[in-house]
Amino acid sequence: MNNKTVVTGVIGADVHAVGNKILTYALEQAGLKVVNLGVMVSQQEFVEAAIETKADAILVSSLYGHGEIDCNGLREKCEEAGLKDIPLLVGGNLVVGKQEFEEVKERFEAMGFTKVYPPGTQPETTIEDLKTILG
Amino acid sequence: MIYLTADIGSTYTKLVAIDSVGQKILGTAASFTTIEEDVAIGFNRGLKLLKESVGEFKYDHFLCCSSAAGGLKMVALGLVPSLTAKAAKMAASSAGAKVIKSYSFEITAQESKEIEEISPDLILLSGGTDGGNSDVMVANAKRLAAIDGSFVTIIAGNKCAAEEVEQILREAKKESLITENVMPQFNKLNIEPAKEAIRELFIERIIEAKGLSKLSAMSNSDIIPTPLAVMQGCKLLSEGIEEIEGVGDLVAVDIGGATTDLYSIADGAPSAENIIFRGIPEPKAKRSVEGDLGMRYSLTSLVEKCTIEWIAKEAECTIEEVEQWVSDCVANPSTTPGENSTEAKIEEAIAKGAAKEAMERHCGEIEPVYTPFGQMFLINGKDLTQIPLVLGIGGVIVNSGRPHSILSGVVGDKMEFNFAKPKAPRFAIDSSYILAAMGLLSEHDPQCALNILKNHIK
Repeated sequence: MNNKTVVTGVIGADVHAVGNKILTYALEQAGLKVVNLGVMVSQQEFVEAAIETKADAILVSSLYGHGEIDCNGLREKCEEAGLKDIPLLVGGNLVVGKQEFEEVKERFEAMGFTKVYPPGTQPETTIEDLKTILG
Repeated sequence: MIYLTADIGSTYTKLVAIDSVGQKILGTAASFTTIEEDVAIGFNRGLKLLKESVGEFKYDHFLCCSSAAGGLKMVALGLVPSLTAKAAKMAASSAGAKVIKSYSFEITAQESKEIEEISPDLILLSGGTDGGNSDVMVANAKRLAAIDGSFVTIIAGNKCAAEEVEQILREAKKESLITENVMPQFNKLNIEPAKEAIRELFIERIIEAKGLSKLSAMSNSDIIPTPLAVMQGCKLLSEGIEEIEGVGDLVAVDIGGATTDLYSIADGAPSAENIIFRGIPEPKAKRSVEGDLGMRYSLTSLVEKCTIEWIAKEAECTIEEVEQWVSDCVANPSTTPGENSTEAKIEEAIAKGAAKEAMERHCGEIEPVYTPFGQMFLINGKDLTQIPLVLGIGGVIVNSGRPHSILSGVVGDKMEFNFAKPKAPRFAIDSSYILAAMGLLSEHDPQCALNILKNHIK
């Protein structure tokens, strides 16, 4: 996966910084070029960073339960900005309350996300998926 | 040692004689700039006036800056407006150029035509981080290759596309040079190499094109763009030198006939814990130049921004009086208001509006966000709320009866949270027009320049 660029960040008004740093470190160790936007990242920032760096995928984290509101519309913004078919991966504590993950996954897939991960997913899982997606 | 400095403006050539041993100004003089025939004529007239006022003297060094013949006209091109396009614009402005316009994404045929009409001296072409997007910069190079004009293109974008871009321009017989990317990594600003390239090109190509070769031959140091000299003066006054302390963070405002320039020398880091910085980092010494905010040549667009109603309210006069003054100034740019007249009040109100608008574009914009941890603020740009000193420069402010009223335009009022404008600064005026001269002198005798600045600007 050398020479592949991914954008990472924690979306919305979410300030959970630790997981973001761990994920970025793991991705770099796997040979990826990571553009980490940190915490409190807007959809627009994800899109603009991906355009400027010609990113191959966008990885969105959300830990505080507002993920569904924050992520809605990101795919459309990517399409609008010319990032056609860019893989969008999302994970964390995406929703509040006890919800079946399968349902959550379906809702995020309907929003245009390529991969949706439940709480507690290890970085290795994502890295394996990226290998398949990015080829 | 005696230094003579000349600031060749579009209207006036301003001369300052400095005694570096006594660390004082011997005298100043101004004469009309004679760019049409030969700038040396205006310079010699000024020198004669200067000698009449201070007596015969011989100078050891001659230093010169110029903004004559339209200054250093540039356009900047980038990819995303808030990223490389902003970085390119910042690089060109900080180098002292008059950035007429900046463009983002692939430029359209209409925009190419606009650039041709602007007829810039230099074009700063950027786009993409190193290893990032290259399509847009290549596409824009092809557009620029088709434009008529004798501009030089500085290529300061994605290094992986720079050589291809250079080749495209070379094949079209357009001059260009490659320098480092203005944004090599995402959100990393790297404008110094581009600034240096602009300075060198100004010296090598522009001086001659603007008819300044004769003056250049008289000086043993380079002629630089006037805004760069002003920037150097501001930096010296703010930061000081090893032996003498500077005055600290400051903002300087220069309202001219065609543009309004703003300088800030400050880190501009967020001033409170609940303010979080977003976007690309900005340079400590930042200049912005607004080509649509000027007191004469761009008065129409300035008045449109302020609105006639606001100006009339500020100047305590009628809308008709404002309209009359604006149309007089547009018809005859050399119109000046009488002392203490209604026109002077209108002029001051418009200048205050220019300062306000220019500051709102220069400083950071604040946006409230509501988080599970309470209200926070995002700032995109410099937080200038704590700036202690605002300095007024240029004729419009210096000649005004109420310069502080004009400068108050940059101050944010208590209920305004959208812009990180200075909250409670003190004001000072460069009443003897020495900032550019001291900026020039700072390259040779910074101690003398700093002492004179500290004595004169209060």
